[in-house]
Amino acid sequence: MKHLTSIRELDTGSAIAILDNADELGAVNSREVKKLPALRGKTVVNLFYENSTRTRISFEIAAKRLSADVINFAAATSSVSKGESLKDTAQTLEALGADAIVIRHPMSGAAQTLATKGWISGSVVNAGDGSHEHPTQALLDALTIRQIKKSGDDLAGIKVLIVGDIQHSRVARSNVLLLSLLGAEVTLAGPETLLPKTFAAMGCKISHSFEEALAEKPDVVMMLRVQRERMQGTFFPSEREYAAKWSLSGERFKMLGNQTIILHPGPMNRGFEISNEAADDPRSAVLTQVRNGLSVRMAVLYKLMAGEG
Amino acid sequence: MPLRTVLDSSDISRAIKRISHEILETNSGSEDLVLLGIPTRGVELAERIDTSLAEIDPGYVSNLGVLDITMYRDDSLDAEREIRPTQIPTSGIDDKVVVLIDDVLYSGRTVRSALDALIDIGRPRQVKLAVLVDRGHRELPIRPDFVGKNLPTSAAERVNVMLANTDGSDQVVIEQ
Repeated sequence: MKHLTSIRELDTGSAIAILDNADELGAVNSREVKKLPALRGKTVVNLFYENSTRTRISFEIAAKRLSADVINFAAATSSVSKGESLKDTAQTLEALGADAIVIRHPMSGAAQTLATKGWISGSVVNAGDGSHEHPTQALLDALTIRQIKKSGDDLAGIKVLIVGDIQHSRVARSNVLLLSLLGAEVTLAGPETLLPKTFAAMGCKISHSFEEALAEKPDVVMMLRVQRERMQGTFFPSEREYAAKWSLSGERFKMLGNQTIILHPGPMNRGFEISNEAADDPRSAVLTQVRNGLSVRMAVLYKLMAGEG
Repeated sequence: MPLRTVLDSSDISRAIKRISHEILETNSGSEDLVLLGIPTRGVELAERIDTSLAEIDPGYVSNLGVLDITMYRDDSLDAEREIRPTQIPTSGIDDKVVVLIDDVLYSGRTVRSALDALIDIGRPRQVKLAVLVDRGHRELPIRPDFVGKNLPTSAAERVNVMLANTDGSDQVVIEQ
């Protein structure tokens, strides 16, 4: 396996293998020497056309833990702002000897374009492309659920509810694909404007009422950030009305079971899609997600890059 | 492909017992010993040496662990290689006498990786190496401290170590 641009490139076996490796690599983070020599001499470029703090830092630390050299490339401060195309940027990085490019781009399909056009010989990791996919986020969510639910290899029978702005969410798309692949039962919930019926074709249930979806007693509730930067036009009347119906707060928060896991990919809009009460609850696994993000990205970089020496 | 059995079950048991005695002898007792098996078969060998040490020395305190070296290999061409858990005894390895245990010693590259892995975890007072079979052809200046059997082989041959818990029976065979 050379690139990871979509969860569709994985089968059940390879997804479980990545989670298993991530579990083992996580142990390094509690050691005194937090470094492994596996990618010594390799260069990883973080090519970010969109703002990101946690994903970029997570990939950067992951690559450094594996002893790779890391170059951070933020489009806003580079020649891209002078109009350089993705192709020219990629070929420049190739000429400078990049062994892997971790790309985040506002355009859906950018990672796949980079991986398949033959511009570069290295690996491509999709760190989020438009509203298409964000595979490492789905992997870290799956790992978090697997660890907390102690569900063995896969997620068979675990009920996952994903709530909010599904339409603009690459996190939701990657999660629907991966969690279903691992045997979980996925339900999507959101207002009609942000949850088109077409999602049913991905093999998950759809609900337009948060309360009804919670009455099904999900094992995991994943709240999504409302992606205002991707919205052209009006998708809901006002923030207050959205929060009144779709925020994890008040009565809806009280409907959660004792063992229900609360997930959020971050950054959280407290008081909007999630209340302070829910975000700081012991059932919230938000920081476990961040820790697992590091392990999963180490496992992915290792899988793609080791062995092409 | 002709197979030749070079060690049978009783040979292996005897080798494990002898290695155990030698470990106690060179260490003048079992104090500060930490046994680390290298996956996969080194782990079972380490368990059996641990059991044997306990039989020989009533004062033996077991400090048994596993050292995975996947991320330290210099030939990790197969990225599908599974990363296994490394388990270090809770007392750690600092200032201990660590005995690395593997089934076959060949090029020495596995042991080189294991030494690197060990140094990232702590600073042992001494590191020793125990192997069931030493088949020669070293590519690095590494030598074992405890050997079950010296087995001169040609590079074209394959040495297969089979152990009861991992493979169902105890034997060492050479494939030509």
